[in-house]
Amino acid sequence: MTDFTTLAAAEPLPQTKRDFIPLLLPVALALAMIPFIGSPSTWVTLTIASLAMGMMIFIMASGLTLVFGLMDVLNFGHGAFIAVGAYVATLVLVPMSGYVQADSLWLNLAALAPAALLAMAVSGALGLVFERVLILPVYGNHLKQILITMGGLIVAEQALYALWGPQRIPLPLPTSLRGSFIFGDIAIAKYRVLAMIVGLVVFGFILLVLNRTKIGLLIRAGVENREMVEALGYRIKRLFLGVFMVGSALAGLGGIMWALYREEVHASIGGELTVLIFIVIIIGGLGSIGGCFIGAILVAMVANYGGFLIPKLALVSNILLMVAILMWRPRGLYPVTNR
Amino acid sequence: MMILSGDPPRSRVLSLLLVVIVTLLALAPFLFPGAKAMNVATKICIFALLVASYDLLLGYTGTVSFAHTMFYGIGSYGVAIALYAMGPTWTAVATGIVIGLPLAALVALCIGLFSLRVQAIFFAMITLAVASAFQVLASQLSWLTGGDDGRSFRLPELLRPGTVIIPKEMFGFEFNGRTLTYYIVFVVAAALILTLLRIVNSPFGRVLQAVRENRFRAEALGYRTVFHLTWANVLAALVAACAGVLNALWLRYAGPDTLSFTIMIDILLMVVIGGMGTMYGAIIGAAIFILAENYLQSLMGMASKATAGIPVLPDLLHPDRWLLWLGLLFIASVYFFPTGVVGKLRGKTG
Repeated sequence: MTDFTTLAAAEPLPQTKRDFIPLLLPVALALAMIPFIGSPSTWVTLTIASLAMGMMIFIMASGLTLVFGLMDVLNFGHGAFIAVGAYVATLVLVPMSGYVQADSLWLNLAALAPAALLAMAVSGALGLVFERVLILPVYGNHLKQILITMGGLIVAEQALYALWGPQRIPLPLPTSLRGSFIFGDIAIAKYRVLAMIVGLVVFGFILLVLNRTKIGLLIRAGVENREMVEALGYRIKRLFLGVFMVGSALAGLGGIMWALYREEVHASIGGELTVLIFIVIIIGGLGSIGGCFIGAILVAMVANYGGFLIPKLALVSNILLMVAILMWRPRGLYPVTNR
Repeated sequence: MMILSGDPPRSRVLSLLLVVIVTLLALAPFLFPGAKAMNVATKICIFALLVASYDLLLGYTGTVSFAHTMFYGIGSYGVAIALYAMGPTWTAVATGIVIGLPLAALVALCIGLFSLRVQAIFFAMITLAVASAFQVLASQLSWLTGGDDGRSFRLPELLRPGTVIIPKEMFGFEFNGRTLTYYIVFVVAAALILTLLRIVNSPFGRVLQAVRENRFRAEALGYRTVFHLTWANVLAALVAACAGVLNALWLRYAGPDTLSFTIMIDILLMVVIGGMGTMYGAIIGAAIFILAENYLQSLMGMASKATAGIPVLPDLLHPDRWLLWLGLLFIASVYFFPTGVVGKLRGKTG
């Protein structure tokens, strides 16, 4: 038995061990796929495609997982913010189609930036209304939360149909983002590069805020133990409202990115993506941002590789992935404590 | 009282309402012989059954499942595929039922064992994912399910509209194969709803309610809650599959729309508006919802025309937007009368 006092003095504060195995998972999966796919150029294209898709899914899912971690609220209406973001983007991009069609990266971005900002602002504001009107009265009651947020999704979707009509709205990509960069026989779509950059920036920003600011400290503390943070005198409900609004704004951003990726807008994208997002946050561990990031990339990889290798399997591949991950870690890749 | 398992409606208005609905449904072929009215009546019967089975899960155990249409679809497709492949015989109907119902029960058992151990919210997400995968699967396996077109089939001789069982000359009303099909639907639905009422009023049903109120405490009392929840899930799936069988027999068709998320939302709306955890709520909810679906739309069409010229309003009142208003009603009912119409009529709150 070692001397307790010297040990306590010598060692810094005990830290939880970093868990790197989930981080290696996407890398291992990507490497394992090389022999199956055969041609290296196809493999690079597929990998880039899945990274880009993963980033977009991550942007949409990050808010949801934080909201769940912080307040134990699962928002089944999260898809509504995605759809609203996409529709609001058309409000800017369709009138500014001159800028969008111009063959200049700067003019294109000059149209995209206000569209993205407006989409985020509107879905953030909608998030405020959603939280205050729908979710606030039903804290702590899972059943009612599920029902109420489902109701919110129905009403939001129908309202979008009423305002914009049921048809699909085409949303062409800006001219300078069309086509691909060609390196030898490897083609990388330009828009995917943009999506990856935006995704990484958002991920970096979230990590920075969570790990390096006081707000982030409070959010992390709230995820661990809500009552304790409240007992220390912080108004956690206000904190939660902030997180909810940021999460909704990010969903709106994800919505416009997804709409440009698909080059069309329809109110049903909210419902379609909800399933994918749920799978991602279950895989990642409810409440964990890092897990959500890895989960999104894994889901996108399985979808892309699977779609290339065995198209029929791609339909159920997400479920298989989820089952496999949950067999290994029943509470997701990075289980958050006390949930 | 025996037939209601000692759980009467406990409200005069509610009893009256139920008696009116059931009587109208029982006499529907004589009172409303039109094709549209008959479709509405059948749909009310089938959905009352489907919603009642969902109520067993949502209302009595407090677990939200989004896979209920999957079981409904399994029942539907089972009969449809069997009749399509084996021709219009009663053996085919029996084969479809014998394959479809156990399959539904097995899938429900697997999902239950896999995900009911954890929180309700987890179960909701898993079922949502599984159901959406199943829907895609059904529309992709076109050699089996007919893909997006679904499977149309012919019914056994006895159930066809052309088969006249009692000619018009005898009572002034023609009792044909179609009428017989309607009565099969009606009787089976009624019998199964009464069975469900029996189940929820049994000791087993009491345990389910105990789990809903306080799972930890129920477990502490020595009940294996996972066992009860899984069993309830299987029972609900079986009844939903029966509703699917009835639906396929009536429509002579099964397609991917029976699996759609829209129907899942419809079921949720019906349960909540009718009243969770009451069983009678299923009948009321289904009747209100389906009448609204079929007749509210024409009303809204008139309102939409009347308000033409005012911005936005005509769009909000467009007949296709009827779900918007029911969605608002749904949210309002979760807040203000969580026990639905039935709870309101019984004069209880909370």
